[in-house]
Amino acid sequence: MKISRNTLLTLGALIIFAGFLYVAQNMFNTYILRIINLCAIYSIFAITFNLIYGYTGQFSLGHAGFAAVGAYVAALLTMSAQQKEANFFLTPIVPALATMQWPFLFAIIAAGLLAALVGSLIAWPALRLRGDYLAIATLGFSEIIRVLLVNMQPVTNGALGLKGIPPYTNLFWSWGCVVITLFVIKRLTNTSYGRALRAIRDDEVAAEALGVQLARHKLMAFAVSAFFVGVAGALMANLISTIDPKVFLFFLTYQIVGITVMGGMGSLTGSTIAACLYTIFLEVLRPIESPFTIGNLHVPGVPGMRMVLFSILLLIVILFYRHGLMGTREFSWDRLFEFFRGKKKASPLTNSEGEQE
Amino acid sequence: MLEIQNLHVFYGGIHALHGISLNVPDEKIIALLGANGAGKSTTLRCIMGIVKPAEGSILLNGESLLGYKSFEVVKKGVAMVPEGRRVFTNLTVYENLSLGAYARKEQDKVRQDIEAVYHLFPRLQERAFQPAGTLSGGEQQMLALGRALMSKPTLLMIDEPSLGLSPLLSQTVLKRLKDLNRDTGQTILLIEQNARAALSIADYAYIMEVGSIRLEGAAADLAKDDQVRQTYLGIH
Repeated sequence: MKISRNTLLTLGALIIFAGFLYVAQNMFNTYILRIINLCAIYSIFAITFNLIYGYTGQFSLGHAGFAAVGAYVAALLTMSAQQKEANFFLTPIVPALATMQWPFLFAIIAAGLLAALVGSLIAWPALRLRGDYLAIATLGFSEIIRVLLVNMQPVTNGALGLKGIPPYTNLFWSWGCVVITLFVIKRLTNTSYGRALRAIRDDEVAAEALGVQLARHKLMAFAVSAFFVGVAGALMANLISTIDPKVFLFFLTYQIVGITVMGGMGSLTGSTIAACLYTIFLEVLRPIESPFTIGNLHVPGVPGMRMVLFSILLLIVILFYRHGLMGTREFSWDRLFEFFRGKKKASPLTNSEGEQE
Repeated sequence: MLEIQNLHVFYGGIHALHGISLNVPDEKIIALLGANGAGKSTTLRCIMGIVKPAEGSILLNGESLLGYKSFEVVKKGVAMVPEGRRVFTNLTVYENLSLGAYARKEQDKVRQDIEAVYHLFPRLQERAFQPAGTLSGGEQQMLALGRALMSKPTLLMIDEPSLGLSPLLSQTVLKRLKDLNRDTGQTILLIEQNARAALSIADYAYIMEVGSIRLEGAAADLAKDDQVRQTYLGIH
């Protein structure tokens, strides 16, 4: 009875949300659409980072690299032959890719699969490491991917980047992928497999003593995470329609880590909410980077000022609100109702899947 | 059940185990005693496949355990309660227990076995949906024990259950082990520094000193032995 109520509410919320997306897609200008799309892409980044770090406790900083793989795969698979010819004017593109053009859906899936493959290859040696060392190794791998992109001129067009990628990404694609990501990862973490992941986070030695295969579980978490990062990378390439290796600097990973921390480690819905807030926040704060005057104090425009504010915000979260927005809790209808009824005590077994918005 | 013959282990250049042999018969409690650095934990690690011995054999019901990884050893029916309990502090008591059955195939019986653990340790049921980190030391030890029992082990190995517990609590924990052994015939290999307490529940005991077995005998005899009383029990 109760379960069906929550499922109904979730379905209802999804339908309302789809309606909102439909209206938004047709009414809002491209600037606002871009922001809402970016919200979705950052949500996927943060949710996947949460799977690796929040759930499994593996501090991996390879997200930018996986996203780059996804973005380039999708870009190369969706661009038309003429576009590729126009792009590769210094070094011609390898013949195999020159005329290849796939539908967007298949390009996204291919992007995810290749990112997952790269993720697993990286994870294999790297997952013998722990903590800071894993972070350094994965960060290194992510940079290697970027350097490869710069140097594999016949495939990636090097530092020139790719321009004129067809802008297929719209709200349905991006938010559809968010819903799928949330659903898959939530399902995954609710199984005994997910419990094993959390056991690994808490105590690797004890988990191993209970018969959990550490390497296999970590590898799976990595591969699933990298798959969806690749998907998000693909969405990003086909949203901004221009990519070059500089898009995938460590700064991207840094933003993802920041969003996830703000949303709460171990809370997938928290990641989604924080990603939206972060993206919107950055846009709202854009004016502070242009010159302005307070009283008789004239402040010249400082590019990057928003990031200073973001860093301060992150510091505040870490110092005073360590659990982030949601802690390890998830959004759930039960919790929402309890909140409105003004009850303080949450039931200990709220596990229903929640959709935000 | 478990037979160890002439086990040698080196940590780099350090000869940690000098050819120890011990035997754990079915349905008995065997205690492995000794001070810090005697090699008790190293022996356990060898059995679990975490440390590779240079020489020697480990047989579980006639089958060698050497060369298997930890999760495979668990599947063969050996469970370990690690030193310092190591419960998953952010997971609930219930989740901790379910994880204990991770290596088992028949997941449908798990719920029933959790009930059995609750029966053995009623406190765990009271706290079933509490994060394990909020439990007291003694409760955590019970949880660690219950979690190990969830894998339905043929051999249960416990590393220092009395570590960090008050004398009264460690008595309780050890008494539970004795009950378990008496009621279900659970075979137990118990590792302890607290020789007096361990000897009070064990059937047979080995005393280790810097990597070899110094003394062995029926627990009751060892408890009466003058040398043991002076060296390990502090009775003059």
